[in-house]
Amino acid sequence: MLSTKAIENIKKAIDKYPRKRFASMDALMIAQEECGCLTEEVLREVAHMLDIAPVQLNQVAAFYTMYNKKSVGKYHIQVCTNVPCSLLGAEHIAEFLSKKLGVKKGETTPDKRFTLSEVECLGSCGTAPMMQINDDYYENLTEENIEEILKGLK
Amino acid sequence: MFEPVLLKNINTPDSHRIEVYLKNGGYQALPSALKMQTDALIQMIKDSGLRGRGGAGFSTGLKWSFITKDPTIPKYLCCNADEGEPGTFKDRAIIEKDPHELIEGMAVACYAIGAKAGYIYIRGEFACGAKRLEQAISEAYKKGYLGKNILNTNFNCDLYVHKGAGAYICGEETALIESIEGKRGQPRIKPPFPAQVGLFAKPTVINNVETLACIPHIINKGPKWFASIGPEKSPGPKIFGVSGHVKRPGLYELPMGTSLREVIFTHAGGIRDGRKFKAAIPGGVSAPMLTEKDLDTSMDFDSMAAKGTMLGSAGVIVMDDTTCMVKVAMRTMGFFRHESCGKCTPCREGTDWTYKVLRRIEHSQGKEGDVELLESLCGNIFGRTFCPLGDGAVMALRGALKNFRDEFEYHVKNKRCAV
Repeated sequence: MLSTKAIENIKKAIDKYPRKRFASMDALMIAQEECGCLTEEVLREVAHMLDIAPVQLNQVAAFYTMYNKKSVGKYHIQVCTNVPCSLLGAEHIAEFLSKKLGVKKGETTPDKRFTLSEVECLGSCGTAPMMQINDDYYENLTEENIEEILKGLK
Repeated sequence: MFEPVLLKNINTPDSHRIEVYLKNGGYQALPSALKMQTDALIQMIKDSGLRGRGGAGFSTGLKWSFITKDPTIPKYLCCNADEGEPGTFKDRAIIEKDPHELIEGMAVACYAIGAKAGYIYIRGEFACGAKRLEQAISEAYKKGYLGKNILNTNFNCDLYVHKGAGAYICGEETALIESIEGKRGQPRIKPPFPAQVGLFAKPTVINNVETLACIPHIINKGPKWFASIGPEKSPGPKIFGVSGHVKRPGLYELPMGTSLREVIFTHAGGIRDGRKFKAAIPGGVSAPMLTEKDLDTSMDFDSMAAKGTMLGSAGVIVMDDTTCMVKVAMRTMGFFRHESCGKCTPCREGTDWTYKVLRRIEHSQGKEGDVELLESLCGNIFGRTFCPLGDGAVMALRGALKNFRDEFEYHVKNKRCAV
């Protein structure tokens, strides 16, 4: 069940567009921020608010990579391994994180704190290699500063 | 030394706040523009010679002029802030550090084309950027630069932020429109072009962030000033983003037409760790790479096209002599394979197939004839797809094959890297 606040936020998003269904992307993100991931139940509830069939919403959710179909850890670590980052050792950074956290890419640690993903370009190529943890960018990564960054996460 | 225009404020503290923007001469272009007839305003942008900074280099004034003047038809402006071309990180700087420069440009553009609403399509990963834009839009409303009866005229304009959710293809303008309409970001067939049938099936202009950020400066300083910077046919200030094996990666705002050599060696400090230059991708990964012999090419739309590549987003990815081109090609095609929207077969299957062939070459399992197979696959993708994604993938791969064919063949024959 979505909270009153999430329902309010979805209504506000609907106001940005001439038709309810056009707000599906904002609505999905609002629901995900609240529920962690987009389960069938969540999709049904959001679809109802947008006056569309759940299957219509599901095909949108399935298309975009930022909608989580299964739950992720408290910290979602996304390492860019595209060309500019790769030239400066992004694969090594991803491997280092994988060893450090004890999970392979796409996996979540047993304590549900960290999910590790490899992603495409995040538009931070001048400060490569880089990663995104939840909403924040961490740039010019080295083994040393990754240790510090991980220590700083509570 | 060229004085930055678009990025001049980005190092000022709190440059994203409206007070700072106003203090530095902001929101002076909008009142001037509102005093002009829209035809004269569009002519002014045409005269400036401004060409789209998203990569295609189409005349911005001409694009605006395609929109019907019929006041009974609603029109829309979309700002393409789905910056996702690998090697590109210029729009993010404007969005996070000088959002009002973009907002003022959008307000002027809306007035010029008769749009009452504009949507900024920002990629979902730019969480900070989206927050900054929302905050800046709300500041602009409070000061009366957006909303109803702007600056006591009868011009009304609303701006909205639409957040993407991780799909490179949404940078393609018709996919971007589909995505704002809350659908899967899959391109539409053209024609009809967005200028006739665009967002919500209404006439629509889609401009890149950097393009719109140029607008206030053209109004303030005049089209002649803009046209006097750089080459006659593609003038203006241009933001170059340099990444890869250089000493000083980052953003450099320089006159359009600065040579690739000057961008890499003068501004970005040359190749790091005492290595040698091998190749550079001049405009995001879709742009075919250039080598040593092309370093003196002027970085503008036409000169780059003459070299068989493109200025694109001017995201310059520099590679030194330790770089394996098979690996670069594999990683590039892996990207296009992941980002192909799946709508049309040549792109969906072709990018997957080329990636798999490249992967086996890279992992010492290449077969005789693999290089020819790649070329044949390229031929079956290029020009046969719905949108430019497939073409971009082929251009990138062909660029690597053309310049470094021997490396690919060495890999196939010797099952190891030549580098």
